[in-house]
Amino acid sequence: MAFVLVVVIDLFLLASSRLNAAIRAVALQGALLSALPLLLVTHEHELRHVLLLSAGAMAIKAGVIPWLMFRAIREETIRREVEPIVGYVPSMTLGGLGVVLSFALSRGLPLPVQAQNVYLVPAALSTVWTGLLLVLSRRKAITQVLGFLVLENGVFVIGLLLTGIMPVTVEAGVLLDLFAAVFVMGIVIFQMNREFAAMDGGKPPVEGD
Amino acid sequence: MVPRVLFQLGFLLLLPPLLLGVVNRVKALVAGRQGPPLLQLYWDLGRLLRKETVQSRTTTWIFRAGPALGLAAVAAAGLMLAVAGEPALVSFAGDFVLFAYLLGLGRFFTALAALDTGSAFEGMGAAREVSFSALAEPALFLAFVVLARATGTLSLSGMLGPELPSAWSRSAPALLLVTIGVFVVALAENSRVPVDDPGTHLELTMIHEVMVLDHSGPDLAFILYGAALKLFLFGAIFARLALGFRFQSLLAAEAVFLLGLLGFAALVGLTESTMARLRLVRVPQLLVGVSVLSVFALVLLLG
Repeated sequence: MAFVLVVVIDLFLLASSRLNAAIRAVALQGALLSALPLLLVTHEHELRHVLLLSAGAMAIKAGVIPWLMFRAIREETIRREVEPIVGYVPSMTLGGLGVVLSFALSRGLPLPVQAQNVYLVPAALSTVWTGLLLVLSRRKAITQVLGFLVLENGVFVIGLLLTGIMPVTVEAGVLLDLFAAVFVMGIVIFQMNREFAAMDGGKPPVEGD
Repeated sequence: MVPRVLFQLGFLLLLPPLLLGVVNRVKALVAGRQGPPLLQLYWDLGRLLRKETVQSRTTTWIFRAGPALGLAAVAAAGLMLAVAGEPALVSFAGDFVLFAYLLGLGRFFTALAALDTGSAFEGMGAAREVSFSALAEPALFLAFVVLARATGTLSLSGMLGPELPSAWSRSAPALLLVTIGVFVVALAENSRVPVDDPGTHLELTMIHEVMVLDHSGPDLAFILYGAALKLFLFGAIFARLALGFRFQSLLAAEAVFLLGLLGFAALVGLTESTMARLRLVRVPQLLVGVSVLSVFALVLLLG
């Protein structure tokens, strides 16, 4: 059920032009994903560090990142994505196609470990696909960052596959990775705020225009 | 046999105007008004039926046939719909295709009658109605396909019949997505907010209402009644889908079904009161989104 909701959020993100709603959706997706390791835990002794991993991911994915994003759009006063490179209807169709493909392909995928849930791998693949689509097809830097976050969420789901055999260092690595990403994004967005009046990732400023 | 037929026909033919009454009442309550009586549409229909019809001299027989054919098509579609999970009066494998296309036939004649008047506004309304419903149709069909797959039957009576409870327990996520999809399709097909606004009377923004501006008297009554019937049909699908439990007795099933219908009407009223109407260019986006959701539901079933 949670995986289905994750994919529905993917589709919603491809359709929504309002940044507020999109950020909230990404935060919700992050919160859902961080709660997932708890559901998949099988052994008693894993519980403690899975709990830590969940709490850490929850704090970052559903707390810090959305807060940073909301701050960025408040300072920039952007409300919505205007004129994406790929329109909403085509990107939704592509998203649907991606979902179909990831469900079709994931059955033939050789995995090192058996997935705990039939929907885990397809949900991860379609989330990664959605993230790629968002990064590629949107003009605003904020939406591209959102796309990157969704991509990251997809990778996180794939990582869930390995929670059983994942040592603490790898988990710490995932969280550090995320942290670094957030930091870089925060700095980049802040810099872009100062450099350009509008955060338009589509065209570079033209000299003598 | 005969009592059951009479009962189902009575259900189908008498209830629809009440449903619209509930929608209007909920809208009025949310807006802080008292609103029209619940039975207002019955009185309106009676009044219109007693009036005479005024027709423009430029119209042909198509204009006169439009309302009657529209109503007849929707009523015929209603015969195929199971009430409260009971088998429908007419039922055969693949009847959902006929169901969808009877609704299409009704719309075709309404649009043709609108074009027949030669009014620019009515032509515009017809063009909008047809282009939006062309997008709503795949969503509806995909929903039916998901239901057919989930229940393993090809008739509407089977899809919404005794197989539904076990389908819910097997594949709840897919059916939940389909239920949401059917609700949005119902809003679009019945020209409710956020796709169309049944309350507006500005020609430039109307879709369905503008097509019927030139009809009067009994013709208008047929159109209003047909619209109520169509809302009832979609409400019946939605109510059965959303409350697809297994019931001990027929009476309980019917009571819950009736409650579901009223709930559907209240939900439509609430949606209309809380949502703004979408811009016309955003409507296709909504409908394509619903289709994609249905595709996802299908994938969940097949996967």
